[in-house]
Amino acid sequence: MIKWVPIDQSAVDDRIARITARSIKGALKTDLLKLAVSMTDLTTLEGKDTAGKVMQLCRKALQPSSLVSVPPVAAVCVYPSHVKTAVQALTHSSVKVASVATGFPSGNTSLKIKCDETKRAVGDGAQEVDMVISRGKFLAGEYAYVTDEIAAIKNACGRARLKVILETGELGTLEHVRLASDLAIAAGADFIKTSTGKIQPAATLPVTFVMLEAIAEHYDKTGRQVGMKPAGGISTSKQALHYLTLVYEVLGQRWLTNEWFRFGASSLVNDLVLQMHKQQLGTYYNRDKISID
Amino acid sequence: MTAARIEVLKTYKLFINGQFPRAESGRVMSVRDSKGKLIANAGKASRKDLREAVSAARTAFSGWMNKSGYNRGQILYRLAEMIATKKLQLAEELISQGFQRTKALQNIEAAIDVLVYYSGWCDKYNQVVSTINPVAGVHNFSSAEPQGVVGIVAPKEGLLGMVAVLAPVIAGGNTAVLVCEYFPLTAITFAECIATSDMSAGVVNILTGELKELHPHIASHQEIQAVLFTGGDAATKKSMMSAASANVKRFNDWSRVRYLSPKLYHLTAFQEIKTTWHSVESGITSGQKY
Repeated sequence: MIKWVPIDQSAVDDRIARITARSIKGALKTDLLKLAVSMTDLTTLEGKDTAGKVMQLCRKALQPSSLVSVPPVAAVCVYPSHVKTAVQALTHSSVKVASVATGFPSGNTSLKIKCDETKRAVGDGAQEVDMVISRGKFLAGEYAYVTDEIAAIKNACGRARLKVILETGELGTLEHVRLASDLAIAAGADFIKTSTGKIQPAATLPVTFVMLEAIAEHYDKTGRQVGMKPAGGISTSKQALHYLTLVYEVLGQRWLTNEWFRFGASSLVNDLVLQMHKQQLGTYYNRDKISID
Repeated sequence: MTAARIEVLKTYKLFINGQFPRAESGRVMSVRDSKGKLIANAGKASRKDLREAVSAARTAFSGWMNKSGYNRGQILYRLAEMIATKKLQLAEELISQGFQRTKALQNIEAAIDVLVYYSGWCDKYNQVVSTINPVAGVHNFSSAEPQGVVGIVAPKEGLLGMVAVLAPVIAGGNTAVLVCEYFPLTAITFAECIATSDMSAGVVNILTGELKELHPHIASHQEIQAVLFTGGDAATKKSMMSAASANVKRFNDWSRVRYLSPKLYHLTAFQEIKTTWHSVESGITSGQKY
């Protein structure tokens, strides 16, 4: 039984303020920047995506920089129509292929179409599926519908891991975010994810904090680990370090791996590489020398 | 009996990306008058402020470079107007930092004139330095392009010094980070003139602070394409030149240049000549052979 959890907005803000005030420097910063790269789902979700763009992104996923020592990213995240291209480009590598599905980004199609799309993406080789919940149904109070839908998609995923996008920017309140997190976790989500990146506000620290609390409580109760993926609007290293600090404080070391935490981002890696350059070589680097896409 | 009025004093901060933030480190430099009395605390920039300033200048560069020369000229003229309206305040600040009254006014008027001079060149210098060269069977076209972000060490010559090194840099479409160790109060009031002059945020960023602390970062920052050095000890110069070589920065040492009197070649010192080749066949005017 899912229950409504009241949330104290000012307490959340206070907690976040203490986290963002923290300063991370030196060797720890270097390690965390590397960790952040290895946790990134390098993403391209545009109508104008081409096979060429996806292949280019995959090359970048494998080797984000040729000048500083950087691990590959966690995954490449694309539309279902580009899964085959990405799978081919990333064969024999640790980089996974994630596909958005279920009528991304609005999610306004029938369950049958959503399941078919999911199966097709997985059939094409996607190891991870990023679905969107039906926000309209959620806001109308049809929680059972939302939960059943997630469960059906999870079933369609087979062995692929399922990330459930709550699209928190459309949910209105932190209480709704918590409720949607609980529903998604109960329905079998492997990851919960903040946003599609198409709606503002996308990922924020307060929203992430509330979702992490939901994950923590579920873990305490059942021992089942659920992953977290903030996505959208995270473009600087400083922001990434704030998120990692938050995850460490709420969930602990066990979540600080790309198996359980991801950043959904397109330009974050550029800034991480820029900062790593400063860390490793000692001078401020030139963003013109880093591939934009 | 009325109580003595408590004056409302201005906090002198930095000028980065069109805004006036406090120094990131929270540090200040004490500014004293000729009798040693504390008159203000000015912000003391750190390398992180420099990083922010360079980032802002880099972002502003394409917009400023792609403005028409005519429009850049209008904006520089507008800046001269803004300085003219703040003439009294600028004079008072120069006096409090050691200038004589007549010298202070002369300094400000000369600064206005320098701006007007360079504003006039904005849409003309390229005509003067560009060439068309008819070579065998082809023509090549050479024209000037700005270098990018320029790091400027401001000289110790009041407002005129700041304007005389800044104006030729930005007139040609570069963006700038101006580091002012001397006359910090003047630097920030000058920044207020810039902020109200129609110039886009980030085109000029002004940091008050100590050169000895900032110069290694100006010289080594890979997003700064040129350095304008106006004076300092030989060791500083050598160290800056050495660090600047890492990304082949142009290093302009103006310590022996009479930059206070404006010249076209001060402007073109921050331009690169780009040459493109076009094939031109002999019968071009006949309209027959294409």
